[in-house]
Amino acid sequence: METFGSVFTQTLWSPYVVGIGIGILSWLSFLISGKPIATSTTFARAGGMIENLISGGKAEQRPYFKKIKLLINWQWMLVLGVVLGSFLSAMISGDIQANAWVPPLWASAFGDDAVLRVIVALVGGIILGFGARFAGGCTSGHGISGTLQLAVSSWVSVIFFFIGGVITAHIIYYVIA
Amino acid sequence: MEKREEVSDKKNGTEDKASDEDKRPLLIGLGFGIIFGFLLHKGGATKYDVIVGQLLLTDFTVIKIMLSAVVTGMIGIYFMKSMGWIKLSIKSGSVGMNVIGATIFGVGFAVLGYCPGTIAGAMGNGYLDAIVGGVAGIILGTWIFAVLYPKIKDGILKKGDFGEITFPGMLKANDWVVVVPAGVIIILVLFGIEKVGF
Repeated sequence: METFGSVFTQTLWSPYVVGIGIGILSWLSFLISGKPIATSTTFARAGGMIENLISGGKAEQRPYFKKIKLLINWQWMLVLGVVLGSFLSAMISGDIQANAWVPPLWASAFGDDAVLRVIVALVGGIILGFGARFAGGCTSGHGISGTLQLAVSSWVSVIFFFIGGVITAHIIYYVIA
Repeated sequence: MEKREEVSDKKNGTEDKASDEDKRPLLIGLGFGIIFGFLLHKGGATKYDVIVGQLLLTDFTVIKIMLSAVVTGMIGIYFMKSMGWIKLSIKSGSVGMNVIGATIFGVGFAVLGYCPGTIAGAMGNGYLDAIVGGVAGIILGTWIFAVLYPKIKDGILKKGDFGEITFPGMLKANDWVVVVPAGVIIILVLFGIEKVGF
């Protein structure tokens, strides 16, 4: 328990250690890559790449995809890395979830029907993805990278992310449930 | 024979160097992502219950992670800016984007229970509602935005435009006149959250 390595096999760290770590990561990201940490444009690129596969390259003609450019870039690899990094941490701490279709909190209010939860997650994802590109960023790009640069657009965004999120979560759990 | 070998070696050498130069930023991006994902999981932020717990105001983990990242990041970023080592990368904004768009995002945030960064972490953690429902939804939602973009780019996205501006820029103040009080306020808020007992 006292060894240095055992720190990495703990499932949870203090949120302050994690936050300071992400803050230092943002220094290195600016210094080494000249870019802020952000994720949501990658989902738009993935959507355009899928449309390209289906339509034989027609997505390239959409002005938005011309603007963001449909290629595997630095941020695409960052998002892939997040999947791998979380997997690594979960694996070494024995926290890989098996058959986890319904989160416990959701199950406590709406039962353990996987189909219902997946449909709600799909609808929530559509609203979230649309809103992320509408706002020009998400909880990473605006919520952390933009606010730490004291960007006005990012502080306004993060306040409304939470206003929209807090009201909706209360409606879901205290009105609908 | 010797000469030909030399030529081909030289050719291989330059080719390798060129491909290394192309791939390096991508591998660095991957490395940053791995550390980011590792930290998100260690913070518990790859879990629906933690994220929705924050939105229900019963679990303050997400705010603690975000604010401590912001205060740490801000001090380092503004120090490096003052040394001339980095340039800021500010997103332009408008009331349409950052009030209406962000509120739509917030609604989706609560319905899905993950955000674009943490859902990538939730995938690595094995959550199937994120992998099967959420990721497909986010890709579809961003695609719908891309389809509608030509119709809204000069309308609602420009409404109340305020451009690429920072608080020090808006107040026409020295950076540190804003950074220091902002840092103090964030740390006081974090102490307040701990004192209330969340």
